[in-house]
Amino acid sequence: MPEAANPQSPAPLPVTVLTGYLGSGKTTLLNRILSEDHGKRYAVIVNEFGEIGIDNDLIVESDEEIYEMNNGCVCCTVRGDLIRTVEGLMRRPNRFDAILVETTGLADPAPVAQTFFMDDDVRSKTRLDAVVALVDAKHLPLRLKDSKEAEDQIAFADVVVLNKTDLVSEDELAQVEATVRAINPAARIHKTERSGVALTEVLDRGAFDLSRALENDPHFLDPEDDHHPEHDHECGPDCDHGHHHHASDIHDVSVQSVSLRAGEMDPKKFFPWIEKTTQIDGPNILRLKGIIALKDDPDRYVVQGVHMILEGDHQRAWKDGETHESRLVLIGRDLDAERLKRTFEACQA
Amino acid sequence: MPTVAPLDLSAFCIAACWLGDVPHFALADGTVHRLDHGHKAVEAHDGLAAARPSQDNKTLVTGGEDGKVLALSAGGTASELGNAGSKWITAVAAGPQGAVAWAAGRSAFVRLPNGTVKEFQHPRTVEDIAFAPKGMRIAVARYNGATLHFPATDGKPAELEWAGAHTGVTFSPDGQYLVTAMQENALHGWKLADGKHMRMAGYPAKVKSMSWGPKGRWLASSGAPAAIVWPFQAKDGPMGKAPLELGTRGDQMVSTVAFHPRDEVVAIGFADGMVLAARCADQKEVLLRRPGKGAVTSMAWDNEGRRIAFGSEAGDCGVIDISS
Repeated sequence: MPEAANPQSPAPLPVTVLTGYLGSGKTTLLNRILSEDHGKRYAVIVNEFGEIGIDNDLIVESDEEIYEMNNGCVCCTVRGDLIRTVEGLMRRPNRFDAILVETTGLADPAPVAQTFFMDDDVRSKTRLDAVVALVDAKHLPLRLKDSKEAEDQIAFADVVVLNKTDLVSEDELAQVEATVRAINPAARIHKTERSGVALTEVLDRGAFDLSRALENDPHFLDPEDDHHPEHDHECGPDCDHGHHHHASDIHDVSVQSVSLRAGEMDPKKFFPWIEKTTQIDGPNILRLKGIIALKDDPDRYVVQGVHMILEGDHQRAWKDGETHESRLVLIGRDLDAERLKRTFEACQA
Repeated sequence: MPTVAPLDLSAFCIAACWLGDVPHFALADGTVHRLDHGHKAVEAHDGLAAARPSQDNKTLVTGGEDGKVLALSAGGTASELGNAGSKWITAVAAGPQGAVAWAAGRSAFVRLPNGTVKEFQHPRTVEDIAFAPKGMRIAVARYNGATLHFPATDGKPAELEWAGAHTGVTFSPDGQYLVTAMQENALHGWKLADGKHMRMAGYPAKVKSMSWGPKGRWLASSGAPAAIVWPFQAKDGPMGKAPLELGTRGDQMVSTVAFHPRDEVVAIGFADGMVLAARCADQKEVLLRRPGKGAVTSMAWDNEGRRIAFGSEAGDCGVIDISS
């Protein structure tokens, strides 16, 4: 019994963050998670009580409350209401196996995610599993016009559920998918009607778990796959068209992604570089994910980050035949792609 | 030799305290246990979130995840003082002449001795409430500072500003100082006469427990591998002075502190369940309880200063008798 061996630190409970605008199908998905038989009990933290039709003691209402940390860093924000509610829930942890945080369409996902890294009490008892964004295929273009949040939610997501696909034509769907992909090349996209995504694709993803991160991410692992034919470029060393063009041909999108590739890295150059980069560009970086090949290191090194928060660890040994290659995706705004590319490549061994 | 009478319960202890001579343990599962000629318990709430004894130590004020505010008598009978519906009651406080205050979302409520209830709305969540030792005055800890209200009159509230999230609040026993615990591992204080700021920083963790020494000469706090005890004897409080560090342990954080009612001795509870007592004068320590199942979450001395009721995160509670 692991609990008996270490009574003070039971396994941290997984937390799934569900974002999306009113009408995106979030409540439908939430109701499925609460009612379908998947063997797990969820505590749900919601902003609005009314929408959920299920009576459940473990649904807690919480008013969004953003706390800026007093450390001079503008992007270091947490959700005070989540700290309080998670702490309260964790005083009676035997009632549920996982936590679901539902945010409104207007919520900034960064403070939600950062709460699970920056608050020691929350961090010691829970782990962020994944950020899931529900996107209404029909109304996304409109949303992107009138709100920065819609874009941020996609940029932040590990999983994007592109919902209500039955309400758009094939061409429209392709366009919307291209837009989502342009904002966030690292997310998994599921196209659904009536939020009919398999719950296994949404829950227990381990997207922030360095030992699992990127493993279940075919786009990321295999950028040469032709997953997004509408952008048929490879951001390789010969790429001369500027990496920011990811977003340039899509209207109303200000988020860009910068995909970097290089060979084996000199750890003495790479670690100072990534720390400096997240310090300087942190406010503009929404998410960052990467697999790094370090010289003379048999293991893959994985990194992931949210704004200025950076985590990295050895993941597993490189497999035979795997190219020892370093790849890093940064999703954000006002990123200097040329500088990032140049300085990233300069870290090569 | 101190002796420990254990009371093994099964839920997180929100508050260990005394009603008269009877130790009480309010647990997060909503039950309130007492050792009154044997172990007795009442189910007070569907989820208990906050509890503090009244100033005369005759009732226990509790707030629940069920939105209810109750006053529990020593015999275990409950009367409802307030109801916030679906909102959690996240803090309660007990004031002079039986006044009671509680927090639900962005509102603080005060139930005056005559039974009228007043609501004070705030733009941000009410994180904690404390009554001033004299007069009908409450302090509310909130984002970017604290607010003082005067519930008996319709006087304007006084705002005390300091950037950051303030999560706990306490008045000094002489009413001269207000001290808050902050989200970012620091205490903040105001000298109420002139509004002068006091910043008490350097903690490796959030401060969750504060306790004033006799006559308000010291303020003990958790949040470090020792009890951090700030001197408040001088006219500007602890400014420019180093705190005492009592009961230092290399590998465990202090989770709860409780000053003796009359002596300058502080009971120190740790994250591993150990309890020490340490004296300010010579920093001498005595072991009161060996490590247990979980972090000590609450401790209270009885009136005589002879026994300590304690509770933990894991529910292993009990009473320490230092006199035997």
